[in-house]
Amino acid sequence: MEWTTTVDAPGKTCLMQGNEAVVRGAMEAGIHFAASYPGSPSSQILGMLGRIAPEQDFYAEWSTNEVVALESCMGASFAGARALCIMKQNGLLCVGDALCSCALSGLRGGLVLIASDDPCSHSSTNEFDSRNMAPYASIPMLEPTTIQEAKDMIPFAFDLSEKLGQVVLVRLTTRVCHGRGNVTLGELPAARKPLREIGEWDRMVCINWLHEPMLEKLDAAQAFFNCSPWNHYEGPEGAESLIIAGGTGRLYCREALEALGVQAQVGLLSLVTLWPLPEELLLRRLAGIKRLLVVEEVDPFLERNIAAVVGCNQLQLEIHGRLDGTLPRVSELDPDMVRQALGSFLNLDLPERAGSSELDLPDRELTFCAGCPHRATFFLLKKALRMEKKQGVVVGDIGCYFMAGQRAGQFAFQAGSCMGSGINLAEGLGQLTAYGLDQPVVTMAGDSTFFHSSLPGLVNAKYHNANMLFLVLDNSATAMTGFQPHPGTGLTAMGREAEPMSIEKIAQAIGCDVTVADPFEVEKTTELVHQLLAKPGLKVLILRQPCATLASKTREKRKVWVDADACRGEGCGCDRFCSRVWGCPGNSWDFKNGHAVIDPVSCVGCGVCAQLCPAGAIHVEGGEEG
Amino acid sequence: MKTLKHDPLNLVICGIGGQGNVLASELLGSILVEQGWHVAVGETYGASQRGGSVMSHVRISADKELGVLIGAGQARIILGFEPLETLRMARRYGSAETEVIYDPREVYPLGVLQGEQTYPDEEAIHRELTERCGRVYRVRAAELSMEAGDSKAANIALMGALTALESFPLSAEDVAQALRGRFSGKVLALNEKAFDLGCRAMAET
Repeated sequence: MEWTTTVDAPGKTCLMQGNEAVVRGAMEAGIHFAASYPGSPSSQILGMLGRIAPEQDFYAEWSTNEVVALESCMGASFAGARALCIMKQNGLLCVGDALCSCALSGLRGGLVLIASDDPCSHSSTNEFDSRNMAPYASIPMLEPTTIQEAKDMIPFAFDLSEKLGQVVLVRLTTRVCHGRGNVTLGELPAARKPLREIGEWDRMVCINWLHEPMLEKLDAAQAFFNCSPWNHYEGPEGAESLIIAGGTGRLYCREALEALGVQAQVGLLSLVTLWPLPEELLLRRLAGIKRLLVVEEVDPFLERNIAAVVGCNQLQLEIHGRLDGTLPRVSELDPDMVRQALGSFLNLDLPERAGSSELDLPDRELTFCAGCPHRATFFLLKKALRMEKKQGVVVGDIGCYFMAGQRAGQFAFQAGSCMGSGINLAEGLGQLTAYGLDQPVVTMAGDSTFFHSSLPGLVNAKYHNANMLFLVLDNSATAMTGFQPHPGTGLTAMGREAEPMSIEKIAQAIGCDVTVADPFEVEKTTELVHQLLAKPGLKVLILRQPCATLASKTREKRKVWVDADACRGEGCGCDRFCSRVWGCPGNSWDFKNGHAVIDPVSCVGCGVCAQLCPAGAIHVEGGEEG
Repeated sequence: MKTLKHDPLNLVICGIGGQGNVLASELLGSILVEQGWHVAVGETYGASQRGGSVMSHVRISADKELGVLIGAGQARIILGFEPLETLRMARRYGSAETEVIYDPREVYPLGVLQGEQTYPDEEAIHRELTERCGRVYRVRAAELSMEAGDSKAANIALMGALTALESFPLSAEDVAQALRGRFSGKVLALNEKAFDLGCRAMAET
């Protein structure tokens, strides 16, 4: 519903997704520049900005990584531009040096940095809490409690950033990014602020004598926050129990208080200006309070910092929250968890919910999509490794292929860390082959990850000639986060064409031995991997086959079917190879009649299972070529 | 001002990635906001293209600002795209006051296909749903959608069925109109046909 982001209709109320609301906020703030690297839950923000940028006359790019994105925003800010930078929690950790340096140097045009966290790791490997970065970098931080606030906060954050000459961090979480709610639109500016010519004696430099001025900016922010209308108090005056909630906690708490019928006895203070803490406001609200519950996701960030305020001011009150187990130490908040915590905080007897059942429900493990080239890749990789005399070691990286640690990828991954780490972990192992570690080492990166952060590692591994095989799983997309373009694709975020960069030429230019193969040619590529594993030094193998979900949008779907008479069934021979071993969602099983079937809804018609079926029982319209 | 018998009205839409769960919740939410309701939608999206369980929470109120998630036992309606997922959600969000509409077409999890887990019997699922929830309707949405021309409009067929519930504040015409505003050409024709088949299937249950 992207029209909502640019429509000139102040006062109109629309249903907006949190990410969309941020884009609308950026339009109301009159941004000149936006940069990001895709990462859930906020990938949609730059996706939308890129699509509207040409017509709205601002610049937006998918940068090759988060550090690049932030530093390009800093450059834009030097010229007085309003720049919006968006990344997920892992990205924020990557930009630590750039961000702290930027905080020290200060800014010209407003720079708002959005960090989107994924409590409960719905689409991440972790639930790191970005809020910890604000005190570290000494920058102000805000967090919305509703979708409306997510929009309204962006113009406010730009104004604050320019008032202070400092980066402002806006922390979002999955339930804001991927929540939807009523949003009333504000006004769009008549014109953007003009850019400022950079004079000979203008400076924006990171240097330590700016340390004190940087802290003074934080003091100024705190003075604004102490009387900011962004922080809400609801409930009675003079209550002895208070809840302080951040982010999504506010609405969960409000509903739970109402459901428990205790809203007249307990105060609810929701903080939106999270750093620096509005200490005067806190002291005002904590006066006379005997019991405090802090509701936030995920780390006890507010809880610890409020405890420091309580301690420094020698207040006598109990503090409950994530630290004492009133709320669990890990995972995102939800209405049941909050209700439970309120029950325990207020000593209420909550009825237990009955819910036992005899029926055992199987869980639904994530798997590669039907027709995904990664399924073939890990199948053939495991097959090739089994041909080796020595047990191989497989190191993973970040992308859809992270699922190779599970059934989907034949449990291939044995180690995995963050973006771009695979090649370095493997280099470490590959060097040890000269010191007695006699095992073949394999790692990989997707095409987007390759450009993001594998390049320095590849240079290092080549220069030091590690014994390892580096697979580039080139599916022509940043598939995990929704098919954003990257330098290999020939497109930009704004839909402009660019000269696509060739991964093989880059690898060859630094002297790598590069081979390209198709993972759908399963037997041939298995043999190739086997041969490469036997060669010493660094080998690069590009496995190229487009993402099935992307390809199915343009490729004509071929019909695939099973000849039930030819299918060997369960009895002997293949042990249900197609559904049990291959495991594509397109390969289902007819439990009543005991033979394989193709699920016509899931199947995308790649035909790889037809190549592999030991009985030749699977057929593809127009031939069996994958 | 419009009112709801139960405010907020909580709707859980559940299924597996790729079944059009997010589109359904977003489309319904947009119409509701246009009509002046307060709406909150929470999506579980991480698994959206990769075969995992997905659900959306759609919450409707005449005047309240709501959190995006529904509490245990608080769903008034569950719209299920797959039986196992419908039961999973009914266990958490259902109660004797919940109405359930679901497509009985099974989609086996990987663990079931690989022989490590067992998919519950269709009738056992239906029995537990009827024991837990108020009224339970089976609508063969994927089949209706295939009858309309393509399996991918199953979500639209289920939306058709949903509009037949008295407790749900949108009429079939409200949603049909939104479909006409959102889609065109072949996709619209498919969606309209699937939607209509969904509406009619409910009339026959």
